[in-house]
Formats: sequence, C-alpha cells, structure tokens
Amino acid sequence: MIEIKGLSKKYGAFYALNDLNLTLQEGTVFGFVGANGAGKSTTFSILATLLQPTSGDAFVNGKSVRTDANEVRKQIGYMPDFFGVYDQLKANEYLDFYGASYGISEAERKILIPQLLELVNLTHKRYEYVDLLSRGMKQRLCLARSLIHDPKVLILDEPASGLDPRARVEMRDILKQLKGMGKTILISSHILPELAEMCDEIGVIDGGRLIAHGSVSEIQSKLAGERHITVKVKGLLENVATFFEEDPFISSIEMHLEKNAVTFNYRGTEDDQINLLKKAMDHSIKVISFSETETDLEDVFMEITKGAK
Amino acid sequence: MKQVFSNPVLVKEIKLRFRSPKSFIGILFYLIAMCIFVFGFILLTTQFSGTGYFRPEESFFMFTMLTYIQLGLILFITPGLTAGAISTEREKQTLNILLTTSQTSFQIIFGKLTSSIAFLLLLLIAGLPIYSMVFLFGGVSPSQLGIIFLFFFLTMLAIGSIGIMYSTIIRKTIVSMIATYGTMIFLSAVTGFIYLVITGMNTMVAGSISSSPVGHFFASINPVVLVLTLVSPGSDTFITDTTKVDFPIWVGYAIFYICITAFAIFISVKKLRVNMNRTK
Repeated sequence: MIEIKGLSKKYGAFYALNDLNLTLQEGTVFGFVGANGAGKSTTFSILATLLQPTSGDAFVNGKSVRTDANEVRKQIGYMPDFFGVYDQLKANEYLDFYGASYGISEAERKILIPQLLELVNLTHKRYEYVDLLSRGMKQRLCLARSLIHDPKVLILDEPASGLDPRARVEMRDILKQLKGMGKTILISSHILPELAEMCDEIGVIDGGRLIAHGSVSEIQSKLAGERHITVKVKGLLENVATFFEEDPFISSIEMHLEKNAVTFNYRGTEDDQINLLKKAMDHSIKVISFSETETDLEDVFMEITKGAK
Repeated sequence: MKQVFSNPVLVKEIKLRFRSPKSFIGILFYLIAMCIFVFGFILLTTQFSGTGYFRPEESFFMFTMLTYIQLGLILFITPGLTAGAISTEREKQTLNILLTTSQTSFQIIFGKLTSSIAFLLLLLIAGLPIYSMVFLFGGVSPSQLGIIFLFFFLTMLAIGSIGIMYSTIIRKTIVSMIATYGTMIFLSAVTGFIYLVITGMNTMVAGSISSSPVGHFFASINPVVLVLTLVSPGSDTFITDTTKVDFPIWVGYAIFYICITAFAIFISVKKLRVNMNRTK
C-alpha cells in the first residue's frame, strides 16, 4: 500500500530525511517514532504531496507522489501536527466544505457528515462554531475531516499532541475503530506506549534516518537482550536479594519493601532464566510470582536513539 | 456556470465574509459617505448657488467625482481583500489541509479571487442607486456608466489577481499587502508621472513633440487617465497630441490589464502547490 524508496529531503547541507526506505502492507498501522526534528513530519509532508523530495520517491497504492500527486491526494487523509480552523464556520459546515472540496455530492455529504460526527463523538457539537471547540474536539473534527472522502491511507502527524489524558484516550479509541475498518494508518506520536498498544509496526527515525523498523516485539528485542524481571516473595527480602546478587547474569537489583519484591535486569538465556527460578525454589525462597516486565517502548526508543547519536 | 457557483472555496469564502459584521459595516459606511457626497453636492448647488436648480453640466461634474471616488475605492479596497487571501490561510495553518484535497490549484485561486471580486461588486452595486441620481438631472448616458463599470470590473480583476499572486508567492500577509499596494500605486500614480516626465523630456529635447510610444504606453495603463478619457473623450486627443501615437487609450488599457490578470492567475496557480516532480 505504501512504498518509500530512497526518499531524501535536503535543506542546504542539512538532511531532514536521508535515504528512507519503507514498505507497508494494506491495513497496517504504522507508528513513526522519533524526537523533534527527526524527520517524521517531513516524511508525512512528502506523502501528503505538500513537500517536494530532493531525491527518491514514495508510492501510495502504486501512485507516485512525484508524478501522480492528484491521485495520491484522493487516496490519503492527512492530519497535520499543527492546523488551524476557519472562524465563523460550524462543525457540520467545516466537514461539508471539505467534502465538497473532494468532489462529494451534496446528497452524499448529507448522509456522510452525521456518520463522521458520530464516529468522533461530536454529534452534539455539529452546530457549534469550530474555533470555539476545545483542542481535543478540534483534533477529532480534523480526524473526521481527513476521513470524509473515505481514504485508504490515513497520515496522522501527532494526533494526540497537546491533548489531556481523557482526550488522548478518546482519540486512541477512535483510531482503534479505524484500525478495525482496515485503514492503513501512519501515525507519529511521542506517547510511545500508546503507539505500542495499537501499532502493528514501529519505525524509529533519528537524524533523518530510519534506524529501526519492525513489529513492536521485534523492536523491543533489539534492546541488547536484557529482560526486566520482578520477583515477589514471602519472607525476608534481604536474603532474597543476596541470593539473586550472586547470579552472574543479574544486574541493577532493587528491593521494593512495600510490595516485598525485588526487580533486576537479566542478561541470560530463557533456559538460564528457568534454572534461576528453579535454584530460587531449591534455596527455599517462597516465590509468589516471577514475572518478566514488558520493556517500555520509551526505553527502547531512548536506547536505540542513544546508539544512533 | 453551475460549476462556478459550486466552487467550495467561493461558497465558503462568501459564507464567512457575510457572517462577519465587518462586511455589513463596511458597506454601510461606504453608502453613508456616498450619500453625504451626492446629497451634499446637490444641496450646495441648488440651495447656496442661488439658482435653485441643478444644471446638466453640474450633474456631469458630480458623475465625474463619483466615478473617481469609485475608482479610489476599487484601488484601495481590492488589495486589502486579495493580498491576504492565500497567505492568511498559510498563517492560520489551514492551507496545507486545503492543498491535500482534490481541488485543483485553479479552483482554489479562482474561488479566492471571485469571492473578493464578488464583495467589491456588491459594494459597487449597492452604490448604484446613489450613483444613478445623476440620471435624474441629465448630462450622463447609461451606456457611459455601463462602459465605466466594465472598466472598473477589469481593474478590480487585474489588481485582485496581482493581490492573489503576491499572496501565493509571499509567505507573510503584511509583505504581500505592501507589495500589492506598491504595485497599485505604481499603476495608478507612478505611470502617470512617468508619462508626464517622458512627454516633458520629449518636448524639451526634441524642441517639438515627437512620437513617444513609451509615454503613450504609460498613459494607457494608468486607471486615472483611462477614467478621464472615458468621462471626457476630448482628453484622449490630448494624449495623442502629446505622444504622437494614435491608439485608443481604452484598447491599450484593456489589453494590458487582461494580460496582467492572465499572468497573475497563471503564476498563482503554478506556485500554489509545490512541483512534486521537479528535480534539483
């Protein structure tokens, strides 16, 4: 559905995007992770036919952004990171304007607009002026706007930025619904755990280069093979900590008195991990739980970008 | 025609313009100013001149004054309405979204231009009942008024297109405004001054008047000169005498402003979106 080949964008001597290659299948939800200025918005702007690439090309459903920009526009729904709204225009009129801009007939728009407002939970605000809506509502309305022509691909640049936790959850729920509709979604965000929850694939971009790409679990496994383990026990915690400290694969051991648990990073293999638990049981440690904590995607991001710098 | 009125940008712009009380207040003050001028002039002429009636030549003078007021209105309001059309969208961060829609660049530019022109036409039409007061007293033919309105429309279109062009190629509205007003002042004042300098130098250097196509060109593209030749056809002969070029001013004006309009619209359409296929 999306194919990016050797895409570069240069401003003078500075590469905003450097030889980006990426292929995404139809229905994939792709999370684009990167620090500010890493090249996420540049990539999205090129895909949205708003920015001319210096070299390379990108294809949306087989259509080149260079030679078939008009066709690409019909296939994508774009939501920029920063956007404005027209004063003196009501929510339903806002959608009507963009619907007409995509050549949708008035009769179709009349059916479509209430459905979209329903999808983004703004039915009760349809007669409100857009500039008077809250930030979260504007974001949702903009998302509805990007869906008005039923695009195959959604390009969402930081859709949850600046939103309060409730608005973020609402936005995430809508995106899950869109994922369920089979849309191919490209989404960039700084709220990395949220991306992990809804994305099929993650791409980490830094300094204009795609430094990691794969499923969430693949990306996480790139983290130097360390696993974070929590052991909850019954009995004296000091003895337990002393026991684990002796293991050569264990580092960064911490005691949590309130939970009566210890946490540590484990470098050994899965078999070593099994043996460790067995040894602990043999050592008469009363283990209530022995669990591996999922590595936070933010940690992964920090680790990967640290290596790239 | 149906397609023109179904242009989404045009419909949206008109809707937004008339939701704002500013537009109505603008029309109100414009009409009040026109009324004060017309009725003040009639009152002064009939009551204080001691004659008690309004002569056709006085009516013609009022018509000339009103025409120049209307011209001034077009020259000063058109840049204000068009020079921010695209740059304001850019500054308000609504342009990028608009550019990702299926609308062609021409549709967007055309919608922006026609919505501004439509408002100016409304101003002119709203002033027509006051303008037509001159017919009550004679001295002016309806066809003369029609021709003047036709040239007003062309002037509006040209200056509006220039405003849209600057608004497209210049990122900041304030700079675009300055550029448009600068061009308007060049066309309406500097060209007249150049004409005077050229014809003056021509007379001084040659001793007698020789042919000066450049001087005639600058006179032809000046809206003030055009209005003068339209309201008093004898002034056309004066230009011909001073430049020794026998070519109707209105024809030169029409050709130049049609070309300017076409050029400005072409540049606007070309520059609105990035050329994705250009190789550096």
